[in-house]
Amino acid sequence: MKRVLVPALLLVWPTLSGAQDFSGNIAVEVISFTQPGQFAEQMDDNLTASFKPKWSGDWNDGDDSWGAEFFLRADNKDEGRQHADIRELMWLHVNADNEWRVGINTMFWGVTETQHLVDVINQIDQVEGIDGEDKLGQPMIHLKRYQDWGVLDFLVLPGFRERSFQDAEGRLRFPLVVDASAATFESSDEDGHIDYAFRFSQTYGDLDLGISLFDGTNRDPQFFEGLDSNGQPVLIPHYVQMTQLALDLQLIAEDWIWKLEMFHRDTDPDAYQALTGGFEYTFYGVFESAMDIGSLAEYSYDSRDEGQRGAFDRDLFVGARLALNDEQSSELLAGFVVDTVNGSQTFRLEGNRRIGDSWKATIEMQLFSNIDAGDPLAALAEDDYLLFELARYF
Amino acid sequence: MPKTRILITTIISLALLPCVSHAQSARDRGLEIAQAAKAYDSGFNDFAANMIMTLKNKSGKTSRRNIRIKTLEVEGDGDKSLSIFDEPADVKGTAMLTFSHGLEPDDQWLYLPALKKVKRISSRNKSGPFMGSTFAFEDLSSQEIEKYNYLFLREEACGEWQCYVIERKPEYKHSGYTRQTAWLDKEAYRLVKVEFYDRKKALLKTLVASDFKQYLGHYWRPGKMEMVNHLTGKSTLLEWTDYQFKTGMTDRDFRSQSLKRLK
Repeated sequence: MKRVLVPALLLVWPTLSGAQDFSGNIAVEVISFTQPGQFAEQMDDNLTASFKPKWSGDWNDGDDSWGAEFFLRADNKDEGRQHADIRELMWLHVNADNEWRVGINTMFWGVTETQHLVDVINQIDQVEGIDGEDKLGQPMIHLKRYQDWGVLDFLVLPGFRERSFQDAEGRLRFPLVVDASAATFESSDEDGHIDYAFRFSQTYGDLDLGISLFDGTNRDPQFFEGLDSNGQPVLIPHYVQMTQLALDLQLIAEDWIWKLEMFHRDTDPDAYQALTGGFEYTFYGVFESAMDIGSLAEYSYDSRDEGQRGAFDRDLFVGARLALNDEQSSELLAGFVVDTVNGSQTFRLEGNRRIGDSWKATIEMQLFSNIDAGDPLAALAEDDYLLFELARYF
Repeated sequence: MPKTRILITTIISLALLPCVSHAQSARDRGLEIAQAAKAYDSGFNDFAANMIMTLKNKSGKTSRRNIRIKTLEVEGDGDKSLSIFDEPADVKGTAMLTFSHGLEPDDQWLYLPALKKVKRISSRNKSGPFMGSTFAFEDLSSQEIEKYNYLFLREEACGEWQCYVIERKPEYKHSGYTRQTAWLDKEAYRLVKVEFYDRKKALLKTLVASDFKQYLGHYWRPGKMEMVNHLTGKSTLLEWTDYQFKTGMTDRDFRSQSLKRLK
């Protein structure tokens, strides 16, 4: 992918620079880990840069349009994190109540903060962050159809994207390096399996409802220990087939927002369920200022047996969101997650603020404490970090 | 005794009558003016415009926002409106969709381009600042008749025109104001000035609109609107350009799930 993308980018650059609209950002990121890594070769700090250019244009009076968005990360220390991706490269055709999208795209379904159970179309760009909000572009043919009684989305997804993984130098990784090149698949079509998805969504007054169905390769791999070509022990990802029926709900009631995401997932041989649900209550204009403070609480459940569950299986999340509503649009979100069974705790803080008219500063802090040896987060137990990013938008 | 009582009651009633009817007529007249203003401006169907917002703090430091606005008139309900942000650069592509509903809470969605996510948001925050400016969300929302209780105060000159001066008391929940005093010119109901009184009943902000231009030979829109906050010394100037009326917009142009395709 990487080898193809850069020359392709250089090739299309002159065409793109003639686009009607060009924007994006370039950013420098500093990350510092407060403790030495658990595993050999892991770095203590890093300085990296990213570039995210976007282009768009339209014709036929806006009925046809195209969009392109690339992402590049330069990382000297962790080669696994040095990568380029096409987040979007698509043609959109609008015809009355139909919207056709053909090409590569990134989409977001769901409402909860703790995790994104319903959001299964795109693969996670895991080396970009552990919150699952950075995603790899997915090739698709997507029809969105508007009806009076709801919105229908039909997706055909050819071309599976494998998850990105850190190299040995990387932090926030498994005890062993993942050999992505050795990935195995349940389907004999391997990464050529064509996946399908469908979604119905509608707004009923203050209630927003989404029901979705996905049939194809689970983006979230299982791992098996193996040996790489040099005979070194590695983890080998294995991607299974799944059919997922999911529901997402959001209800706004004055100062309250109630949120729920859940799925039933059929795989071979097991079927299991998971849910995340909770609320956000906002205090508006506190202390006679323009500031809003939101308080959040969510609970997550995973029906699988211990050892097979996701990171949020019996976990309670409590958090606070602060919006200063000032000229710099300063925001802060702090969240604390505790596993109610084994007591593992994580704390995360995200904040950002505009500087001048075209700069933005972001801070991120992640702490792990009392992590149980059997918890999926055990490999990250020593990876407390502080991150600072400065981005220039254009 | 009964006769005397009746007589006294009658005298009191007669004495009060002009006063009561005067209060009644001030209310009726206030409402009539608001209705006439709404009627004058109705039938535009839709309009699009570009808005440059310049925020100025006490020390004179400025920052700029550039927002494209589209509004669709809705028969029997509040308007639908769409704001697409072009500046500052970090929020470029962000879009906000509002279905306003008079006294009922508005429906509101936000499209966040960084996450490619459409988020339904609460419209509860009426008194909060819009984009850090001195305009609150409620100052920029659709002006429906039922949102206020009106009182006619007086007529007076306002610049080159003669104005009706009316008082408006918000009837909708969660307003940051106890009352507003509004100046509308008698000829075309142009809203030339509004004074906003906060929850402590003190003068909080003053809005002055100017550079009015007429579109389609009927609809008047200001080229400039300046909102000064007397408490903080901050001000915000809105400069409106590229007004276009009756462009043929429909409900299809105001769908929450279409926000991600707006450029």
